[in-house]
Formats: sequence, structure tokens, C-alpha cells
Amino acid sequence: MKLIKKNAGAEKGSGSVSSFPSVFYTEMDRRTFLRRTGLTAGAAVVGSAMAPGMMRRAHAVEGTHARKQGVPVEIRRSVCSHCSVGCGVVAEVQNGVWTGQEPDFDSPFNLGSHCAKGASLRDHGIGEKRVKYPMKLEGGRWRRISWDDAITEIGDKFLQIREESGPDSIWWCGSSKANNEGAYLQRKFVAFWGTNNIDHQARICHSTTVAGVANTWGYGAMTNSFNDIHNAKCMFFIGSNAAEAHPVSMQHILRAKENGAKMIVVDPRFTRTAAHADQHISIRSGTDVPFIWGMLWHIFENGWQDDEYIRQRVYGLNKVREEVARWTPDVVEDVTGVPEAQVRQAAQTMAENRPGTIVWCMGGTQHHIGNNNTRAYCILQLALGNIGVSGGGANIFRGHCNVQGATDVGPNCHTLPAYYGLSEGAWRHWSRVWDVDFDYIKSRFDDGQYDAGGGKMSHPMHIPGIPVSRWIDGVLEDPANQSQRDRTRAVFFQGHAVNSQSRGPDMKEAIEKLEMVVCSDPYPTHLAVMSERTDGVYLLPTCTQFEQRGSITASNRSIQWREKIVDPLFESKTDSQILYAFAQKFGFADEMFKNIAIEEDGLPSPEDTLREINRGTWTIGYTGQSPERLKLHLENKHTFDTTTLRAVGGPCDGDYYGLPWPCWGTPEMKHPGTHVLYDPSQPVKDGGLTFRARFGVEREGESLLADGSYSVDSELTDGYPEFTFGILRQLGWHTDLSREELEVIAGVAGINASELPSNIRTASSELLERMDGINWKTDLSGGIQRVAIDHGCAPFGNAKARCEVWQFPDPIPVHREPLYTPRYDLVAQYPTYDDVKASYRLPTRYGSVQAEDYSKDFPLVFTSGRLVEYEGGGEETRSNPWLAELQQEMFVEIHPADANDRGIQDGQTVWLDGPEGGSIKIQAMVTERVPRGTVWTPFHFGGHYQGEDLLDRYPEGTAPYVRGEACNTATTYGYDSVTQMQETKTTLCQIRAA
Amino acid sequence: MARMKFLCDAERCIECNACVTACKNENEVPWGVNRRRVVTLNDGVPGEKSISVACMHCTDAPCAAVCPVDCFYTTDDGIVLHDKDLCIGCGYCFYACPFGAPQYPQQEAFGVRGKMDKCTFCAGGPTEDLADAEYAKYGANRVAEGKLPACAEMCSTKALLAGDGDMVADIYRERIMRRSGRPQTWGWDKAYGGGV
Repeated sequence: MKLIKKNAGAEKGSGSVSSFPSVFYTEMDRRTFLRRTGLTAGAAVVGSAMAPGMMRRAHAVEGTHARKQGVPVEIRRSVCSHCSVGCGVVAEVQNGVWTGQEPDFDSPFNLGSHCAKGASLRDHGIGEKRVKYPMKLEGGRWRRISWDDAITEIGDKFLQIREESGPDSIWWCGSSKANNEGAYLQRKFVAFWGTNNIDHQARICHSTTVAGVANTWGYGAMTNSFNDIHNAKCMFFIGSNAAEAHPVSMQHILRAKENGAKMIVVDPRFTRTAAHADQHISIRSGTDVPFIWGMLWHIFENGWQDDEYIRQRVYGLNKVREEVARWTPDVVEDVTGVPEAQVRQAAQTMAENRPGTIVWCMGGTQHHIGNNNTRAYCILQLALGNIGVSGGGANIFRGHCNVQGATDVGPNCHTLPAYYGLSEGAWRHWSRVWDVDFDYIKSRFDDGQYDAGGGKMSHPMHIPGIPVSRWIDGVLEDPANQSQRDRTRAVFFQGHAVNSQSRGPDMKEAIEKLEMVVCSDPYPTHLAVMSERTDGVYLLPTCTQFEQRGSITASNRSIQWREKIVDPLFESKTDSQILYAFAQKFGFADEMFKNIAIEEDGLPSPEDTLREINRGTWTIGYTGQSPERLKLHLENKHTFDTTTLRAVGGPCDGDYYGLPWPCWGTPEMKHPGTHVLYDPSQPVKDGGLTFRARFGVEREGESLLADGSYSVDSELTDGYPEFTFGILRQLGWHTDLSREELEVIAGVAGINASELPSNIRTASSELLERMDGINWKTDLSGGIQRVAIDHGCAPFGNAKARCEVWQFPDPIPVHREPLYTPRYDLVAQYPTYDDVKASYRLPTRYGSVQAEDYSKDFPLVFTSGRLVEYEGGGEETRSNPWLAELQQEMFVEIHPADANDRGIQDGQTVWLDGPEGGSIKIQAMVTERVPRGTVWTPFHFGGHYQGEDLLDRYPEGTAPYVRGEACNTATTYGYDSVTQMQETKTTLCQIRAA
Repeated sequence: MARMKFLCDAERCIECNACVTACKNENEVPWGVNRRRVVTLNDGVPGEKSISVACMHCTDAPCAAVCPVDCFYTTDDGIVLHDKDLCIGCGYCFYACPFGAPQYPQQEAFGVRGKMDKCTFCAGGPTEDLADAEYAKYGANRVAEGKLPACAEMCSTKALLAGDGDMVADIYRERIMRRSGRPQTWGWDKAYGGGV
């Protein structure tokens, strides 16, 4: 069998069975470092048995995974399940075994390319380090159980907890790794269970982006695309290391650079992306707002802003000017550490090279003022007139393969699918889509009233659930302080790595306190091993995305269809199969799957599920992307232009690849999708848009609607509000609605079709007024959208983007020092918020944490990031031998000066101590990549805890090849004031020799 | 007749290791044997450059010149291959190779090294084309299927180019024109006796 000897060896040692020292390594680099650090530990393994190479070779001869001559090859097409670039994957399958992987040259996203992770995907089809059958932890030992027993035992316990403490006492975790259908069913499932206590990776990835960006101009998503970057004249990266996090995007970025675009990278570290930039600026971690305001100071000082654009399309910039005026170059240098000349150069480069695009990732979002950071980035782009133009935009690179789709339609604690929110109107809309009674759904919830924030009492149905960043507090916090009946007593994780959340020691305590832990995942994950539990942990073998079909949304909002490559491995089931089984156990399967066919083996039809998504997601235009249209795009990938993403001829002629949302109206309307958001130079029917009218029509007497800017072919040549039936009527356009559309609109308004006269012109005004409130978001026929677009208008209105978000704690983004700051002297001037009593059901601390100065005992800024070989919590990639071999040790990058001050040498084992008591034992990598005073670790490791290898706690044969300390064992408290994003990009630590 | 060459564009290489894992995946190369690897110079400081390196399939291959059992041969396409049935694992080729390409599956301090293994340009070996035995001993033979090496085909930024030397040079020259910079054809002088 494959790799057995090696597995055993790798599990015993540190995982290294490294090769010879290479003649190339004249200087220390990251890989030499890793290879050397691995050598000593690995030597015992190598010497102990046959060399691993021989084992593999033997396997290649006899094994079942190697390519076979003369056996027919079937081609299956999927999409990479790592990052959100959306790289096409071509698999060769022989006799049901994934025996080959070919480049997908036809994909306009990757043109055949992959990164290390994408190029090693085939291991998903042949790797054996999986949870193979349901298991439970009993008396400290893992025991195999049947699926039926697993569903019964878990289900009975959950029902018992529900009976005793209400439905809110189970906390569910969905996944950005699930496809759209799986993610959507995760959200729908908990609605039928009766709670909002579900969340997924987006909370700790780009939640502050979604909130900040959506509140600035309408939608919280990447505005342009990777391909559109070809048109940029300047590319500004802040808190994004694309070369490691989104490697294939670099193909497009470097193409732009070769076309003459300037490239600026702002990051505390000199990243692999920075190595390709024209200018690298190292800011102190957590000072994004001062830095951006510093740039804007120069822009305003020199009149580089786009005044006409601002006049037409931007609201509230004057208040920003007042804040920016405070950030003179000397203040900026003091706070950020960046000299004036560098800030000015960056501002001037952006000003002189338009259109320019801004790219940000978790370096910007993972702060307790993350929403301020993201809004500051938006304002910079608005001032330069860079939004809504090809080559410009806010190109927010999302993380996981379907984090965009899961955010759009999936398991979010603060909203129903498609950002409808949690209001009664939102629940009534989705009840209509689901074809169930609103009162039935309501009856599934706890009937109490709790503090929804600021002392406002509300029904749990309308209170955002506990977010993934805080689930541990749902367990640990006194129930009296929580906005729900009881604390969290059991958790169900489906496709999520807990080592990606901060406060490891608190998490360990929480896991140990729970009555039951369920982990539905292809791998056991850190969750299964990090605690000292001996009972009550269940592992459910869950399929990867290559064992199922479905749709997935790339970062640029394009939706792609995945074919199934291989049948489910071992006893694995897909996410939706597992949810269906539990829905049956809980007794709501018939209601929940009313309009979704159940296929063989209890698999809810992905096509039916997508059609249901299509029928409900009018807010964001997920309505036109029917399975049939997506499959047509899959078949005709090669007909799409690699820069414009538009099909030139062929069956998809005129469509944008993957029908990037919004793809308005019904599939029959054949909207091509929207490649560049808010671009008025195209008609709406061809993918043009305006800024969304989302925040009302006026504020303090000033209009919020666009002034003289409108999209090409628009019959309304000025700003306009969002479309309702009433607005159509005022314009006299309601007569364009078809009889069928009118009947649906009437139905939503609670009017029977028989009450409608045959000619709408003859309808009584009383009847029409009852229909006036139905809008483009709730009209299930899509008619209002169709008519608006026929008249050249955007269904969501035409407004200004706003710089002032009056609902947020900081309406104009301001700087606040991190809770754990190395510059405690600045706290008095830039303090954090006061503690909050109830936010997302939990008390949230700010001022009381910052009250103490930790910078003396913990003088180093601690920040974290990605390695190209690994993804997220890393369990999947560390279980892939082709990847694991390349990164065998968890390490910390430390500047030579900081290392020498502590007597630490390169390669030495050190303890990294966090101020809240977590410590991790890792290797020191001494490098100038990090500035003095800042240390950096990757966040993909798990399987060690405070110096201990947890190998013995893994079920046999499931431990990843490489294990290491989770960096978040040492990270600390801190959550965004709007979204509860965790502050993992700025905390403090001390380092000492081990 | 094509003359197959590799070229790694150091301006584009981002050290993502796709070439490394593509090679592992395509040829089922065991843990510890690296037919291809990425080398980074000036790691972590301005001037950082990465280059993907494997056997360059040299015009006048030094490995072949020193091999005591004469197991190397050059195909009509200019690809340097070797016969594992002849190889005695002496390691001379490792010392001769300017690129550190030859790999050995065994690493005991005093033991034998085993048969040498290296990049085949995804062109298999001397056994019958595309036979299971060829795959087991040498890995894939993409060239026989009309394809190019997996590493270059999957390169994330198209930094690593493989194919007929003239076509590779054309692609690269066009990039240089666009960039108006100095060419960085790392290793070409040594492998092929001349630049682009």
C-alpha cells in the first residue's frame, strides 16, 4: 500500500526525510533553512528503514493509482479547492481512479497554470490520510461506528440539548470550502433547526471588507477581476501577499507590470510579492488608516483628486478631508514609521498612473478596526476616481475557494442568503422561496426576548448568532451575559479548521467544557486532537469537492460548475448528504427539501438546490446563473477573452465568463453578468452599473443620489432610487410587466391573482398601492428588474458612494491603536472603543483590555500570514505528501537584531510567548524579511500544543505528515466593532530560547 | 527537428513551487527525491530572485562525459536521458552536473545511493514508450503524447518555459522587448553555450 512505511516514519519524527544538501544553497533561504532544521530529526527515520523512495517506487509498479497503459481515460473538469482565483482543473480518470492531472489551458482564469497546491490536487483522489468512516472518541480511544449510529447518537444528544436549553445551545459551523449548494443548505438547515448560530470562515477572513465595502458603495465584493488587472496602470497592494496567497493571480499582475503598470506593496514584511514591486513600504502593523490618510494628505495637498468624479458620484468626502488634515507627514511618520518621501511617492504614483487598482487581504481586514481600514482603502480609490472603471477597482482577493459564494448564499450568522439580513421581511421572503409557512419557521426558534445590542430587546430570530471568531465565548461566557437562553453546549463543525481562530488556550478550555463535539470533515483537524477530552467527540467522514458536483464562486464573482471527478472515497458523504440525514433525524427533511429532489444515497440534487438559490437571491443577482448556463460556460471556456472575460462568438456569445454576479433577472433574460461593478460606461443589460442606492435618498438635506452620472442608454439621466413597483408606476413603466410577472408581484403582496384585472391599466389605485412596496429584491418574478433594465436602469438605483457610514461606530474611519500595541504612548491619543455589553449575543471587551500596557514584557509585534504550499488551517495540505515535503517545520521569522538581542541563532528552537498566556515552541528563522520589532509566523500549522506533539491523539492513519504549533495558540483577544473579525494581524509577544 | 530546452524567467518566478509538485504528481516522484526545485537568491531582501531548476538537458552534457558505464543518451529532440538498468549509482554525474540535477533514492552514510533519478523532460526512458514499465522506472512520457513537461505547463506565472528552443526564445524575447530590461536567462550560457 502506498507510503505506509513513510507514513509511519513521518509520524514518528518531525516529518522530515529530507534529501541531500544542495549545491545551490550558497545563501540561507527559507527552504535551506527548513531542510536543515528537518535533517536532524529526520535522520533517525531515514536510517531506520528502507529509504522512502524505494517504497514509493514499489508502489508505482504495483499500486492502483499509477497511470495504466491501454485503460480508457475519462476527462472530468473541476475547479481548484484551495484559494479563490478559481483555477480550472482537468482530471484524467481510469476505472474510477484519478490517475492524471492535466493543465486547463482553456480556463480564462488560469490558462493552464497552478500553484504548488493546485498542481498537487490529484492527491485528494488518492491520499489516504483521511477520516475513512464515522468514529467516536470513547474512553480516550477512537472507535469505528456506523453512519446510522453516528446520526442517531448525535441527533439524540442534540435533541436533548434542544429540549433542555433551546435550539441556540448548539453552535454550527459551515464552510467556505463547501460549494454554493452545500453552503446554502448549511444556512437553510439551521433556519429549520431554529437558530442563527452558524458561521463560516468569511468572518475571520473578509467580514470587515464585506461590511466596509458594501456600506460604501453597495456590494461587499471584489469590484473587478484578476483578468481586468491587465488594464491597470498602477497596482497598490496593502496587506496582500498575492505571490503566496493567490499565486496564479500573479500571472495577471505580472502581465500588467510588463505592460508598464507600476506596482506598490505596503506590508510590514518584505514579502515575495514585494520582491516584484517597484516600491515596498513597511508600515507598523495596524496603522493602515494613518498610512492611507497620509497618502490622501498628499493627494489633497496637490489637488490630485478627481473633482468631477467626486462631485457626481461621492458623498461625504469633506468630512474625510477634515480627518485627513490631522495626518500631516510628521504625524504619519511617527505613527506608521514611514518617512514622508515614501508616502508621497506612493500617492504620486497612484495619482499619475490611472486607472489604478487597490488589492487588500487579511493584512488589512484582521484588526479590531478592520472595517475602518477597508473603508479607508475605498475612500482612497474614490478620491482618485478609480472605482467603476476597467483597470481600477477594489480588487479584494478572497481566501478560500468558495468563500465568496458561502458569503453570498451560505452560512452567515448575521444574515439569510444573499444579504437579506434577519428582519421579519427577510424571513418572510425566504419562507416564500422555500415554500414554507413563516410561522412554521418562527415556531422552530426559541420564543424569548434578548438584548440585540444597545439594550434593544428582540426575538432570537432577528438577533445575529454567535460568530465563528467568538464561538468559544458562547461556551465560556456566563449565560446571564449572553443574548440567548443558555450557553453553547455542543458544536457541529462542517469544514472548518479551529486553529485559524485566536486564543488557543481559551479554545482548549471551551472544547473540554462542551458536552459534544462533532467534526464533519475529510480530515480530523486540530479540533479532534487539541483538547484532552476522552469522550464525546465524533468524526464524520466528509467528501472533498472532487467527490461531488456543484457550483462555486470565484473571488471575482464568477460562478463555475464542478463535475464530480471520483466517487466518494471510503465511507465519505457530501456536506449536503450529511445535512439531509440530520434533517431526517430531526424531522424537517420533507419541509426543507420540498423542492429539491433527493438522488441516490440521499444526495440532495445540486441542480435543484442551485435553482432554488436562483429563485431567491435577487439582491445580488445570483438569479440568472442556472445550472444549464453554468454548464454551457464549462463546455465553452475557450471562447472567452482572457482580459475582458467576454465570450466572442460561440454558444455563450456576449456572456462574461461564469456570469459574475449580479447576473440580473431570470436565466431566460440572458443577462451576461457584470464583469466590472459600478461601471456606467456600459449599458446595464451588458453588465454596466451605477453605485447602489442603499442608504436612502438624502442625508441632512443633501442628496445621496448620483449627480449627473448615469449608465449608458439609461432613460433616467440623473440619480434615482432603487426600483419598486411604486416607482415603476410613477414612471408609467409598470405596464411593461407581463401578466405572469404581475401575478407573482401581487402574490408577494398577498393579493390573489383573481383580484387582478386583465388589464393592469384598469386596476384600482387601492389595489395598486398595495403592490407599490414590492421591490426588485422581493419580486420573485424578476419582472421589476427586467423592466428597469429594459429602460437602461440599474434595479438597485443610482446613488453616490458614501465616505461616511453613519450607522458604524466610526462613521469616518479613524485610527485606533491595537488592543495590544507596542506604542502604548499613543493609546491616550488613539484609544480603542469602550467595552460593549451585547454584540452578536456576547459582551465584547475593548477598553478594559487596552487598559493594561503589555509592551514592556512583550515588546515584539506578532503578525501572521500564508505559505504558498499550505491553505487555511492546513490539515488538508499538510496531509498531502507532495506539499508537506516542501514545508516541514513551523517557524517564526525574526529580525537579526531582535534575535541577537535575545541570543537566538538561526534554526534554534524558541518559545514564542503571547501576553494572554499561550506559548508556542517553534524554530527561529533569522531574516531581514521582517522589520526590527516585528515577528511573523505562518498560520497553517496544527497538531502541536504548547510544546507537545499531539500525534497520539489522532485516529490511526489520519495524522498529517507535518504537524506543528498553531500560531493562534499565542494570539490574543480583539474583535472588530462591526463584524467581530478577530485581531490576529497585530498582537504582541516575547521570544526566548527554548 | 525540435531542440527541447527549459528557460526560467527570473523576473516572473514567484517561488510558488507549482513546478515541483506538478513534477511529483505527474511522475509520482518519491519523498526525498527532487527532480526539480526552486532556488531563491537574496531571500528576504531587495533583489530577491527565484529560479526553478532541474536537469537542463545540456547540449554537451557533462554528466554523460563522466559516466563510467555510459548510461546517458541524447534523444533526437535534444533531451538527455539515462538507462537505469546500466546506472551503477556511482554519483559521478552529480559532481559533474552544473545544476545539481541528479538525485539518488538512498541516503545512508556508507550505503549505496541506488539508481540515479533526474528530470526526463517528461520524456520517459529507454523502455518502450508509454509502457507501464516505463512509467514505473522513469515516470511520465508526455513528449510521446505530444505534450510538454508538466512543470512548465502548470507554471503559475508562465515563468518556466519548456519546448523547442527557438520558440522558447521567441516568447522570452517578446517579453524582454515589452519590459525593456536585461534578459535573465539563468543557466542558458552554461547549458546551451549561448544566450537567447
